Order: sequence, then structure tokens, then C-alpha cells
Amino acid sequence: MDALIEKLKGQIIEQLNLAEVKPEEINPDSPLFGEGLGLDSIDALELIVLLEKHYGIKIQDPKDGKTIFQSLRTMAEYIKSQGKS
Amino acid sequence: MSNITSYAHIKHNQVSVNGEIVFHSNSSLTLIEFLSEAYKNLGISYPKFHKMDAQCKLGFLCAEFALKGTNFLTENNLSKTAIVLSNCASSLETDRVHQHSIDDKSNYFPSPAVFVYTLPNITIGELAIKHKITGENAFFVSEQLDADLLVNYTETLFQRNTKTAIVGWVEVDVANFEAFIFLTENTENINKSSIFKSLNQTSVTTIYNQTIWTH
Repeated sequence: MDALIEKLKGQIIEQLNLAEVKPEEINPDSPLFGEGLGLDSIDALELIVLLEKHYGIKIQDPKDGKTIFQSLRTMAEYIKSQGKS
Repeated sequence: MSNITSYAHIKHNQVSVNGEIVFHSNSSLTLIEFLSEAYKNLGISYPKFHKMDAQCKLGFLCAEFALKGTNFLTENNLSKTAIVLSNCASSLETDRVHQHSIDDKSNYFPSPAVFVYTLPNITIGELAIKHKITGENAFFVSEQLDADLLVNYTETLFQRNTKTAIVGWVEVDVANFEAFIFLTENTENINKSSIFKSLNQTSVTTIYNQTIWTH
């Protein structure tokens, strides 16, 4: 799980152009939206693209996004649960 | 009476403010590399900058350099501040990036973060968000800087509810890029020492051609 989280950190920084954020500054359990990384609605769409592009996962129900993208750890757990890590 | 109180010009990997070069980088740097260096030179932290497309970054930086050291944002009512920008290529550079991402149907991953920049007036939006400017705005597309159009339009706004404006040209097309932004005010309270020129076509053309680039 830790390796997947580290991989996700790099992918998120690249995909979301978080040039001023270092991987070690991202707490896997902090909220991705609002506080924490402070991502916005466009970033949410980019995360959906990231899952599809890198892990072949399509989120069928947008409502699931709220749970999946709660934190880096919940993202990693979702990827694992889909057998795509 | 309307006056130009500050202006910035970015071209040839150099930045000039009020006619003086204040930053220059290696001419071999790409546009994105240059913009990154200019951003560092400004010494500000605005993480959203890194998410912008090249045109927004260029317009954002040019405005920041024009505003730096002025009281434009603190002494004026930003609900009565207009943003009037123009260019030739519209959002063509980002349009190309988006097109490239959808060319290959077997590798079809259009980026929402790219797509939102496929309109030239997003540059105005970025400035408005950064500085909480809520006045009038307009983006014109013309073959070259049309000082007459920009001055006339701004003067028309000044006849209504607008008191101040950020006006200029922000162009990115492949490797060619240029931004020229001036601040203009139509108030009685302007510090006379901060006035460079009266707002008219000749003045705008003069300050546009004023910088002596080093190459």
C-alpha cells in the first residue's frame, strides 16, 4: 500500500501541476479537497482522468468520487480493491 | 482626464517595467522555462500559477510586474476596475494542446485542466480571481496591438461606472510571445508623480515602443 501511495503522490503532482508541493509534504490521510492539498473541481476531473489513464479504472457513478477521493489513502485503497495496482 | 500610471512589457525573454528592463533570462530558454524563471524573480507564492496555460501565465506575470510597487489595488475600488485585454492568436496555443490530446482515439485522454483554458478571456478571469477584481471586462482579437481600439473602449468604460482599468496585449503562438499591460486611472486622487502619460492612442503607442530590448 505504501508503495502505491508514493507512486500516486508523484502522479498527482504531475497531473495536477502542483509544482510547489513536494511528495513528502502530502499526508496520505489529509483531505485532498478543501483543506489539505486544496484541490478544486477541475482537479477532481483530472483525478478521474488519472485513474483511467494510469490504472484503467473508470468511475461509473460520479457520487463514488466523494468517497474515493477523500484522501490519498482512500484512492490507493480503491485502486487495490479494483485489482489494478 | 485619464492617465497611464504604470506599465510592463514582456518580450524576448525579458521583462521591462515603465520602460526599464527589470528581468532577463537566457534567450535559449523556452517560453515555459522563461515564465517559470520570471515567476521566481517576482518572489510571490501563488500555487495556481503552475496550473495556468502559457497565455494566462504570461498575462498574469505581466500584470504582476505592472502592479508591483503601485497602490493600484489598495487605493482603488476593484468593483469599478475593468480588465481589457487583446491578442491575435486567441487561445490557439492551448487549442493545439487540447487537439493533440484527442487526436489519437486509442489514447484518448483529454485533460479538463487544459480544456478550461481554450478561451482567451480566461486570462482575464485569472487576473480577476487573483486580485478580486469584479468590474467590466472584455477581450478583443486583432491582428496587432490596436491602441485606438483599447483606448476608445477604455474611455467608453470610464464614461460609465469604471474608474480604473488594466489594459493590454497578451499573445502566445508557438514560440512567439509578448505581453504588454498598462494600468490606467480616471480619478482625481492620482499622485501626480505616478503619472506617465495621458491615456490616448499616441501615448499607448509610445510606451509600447519605449523599451530598448537588449537583443
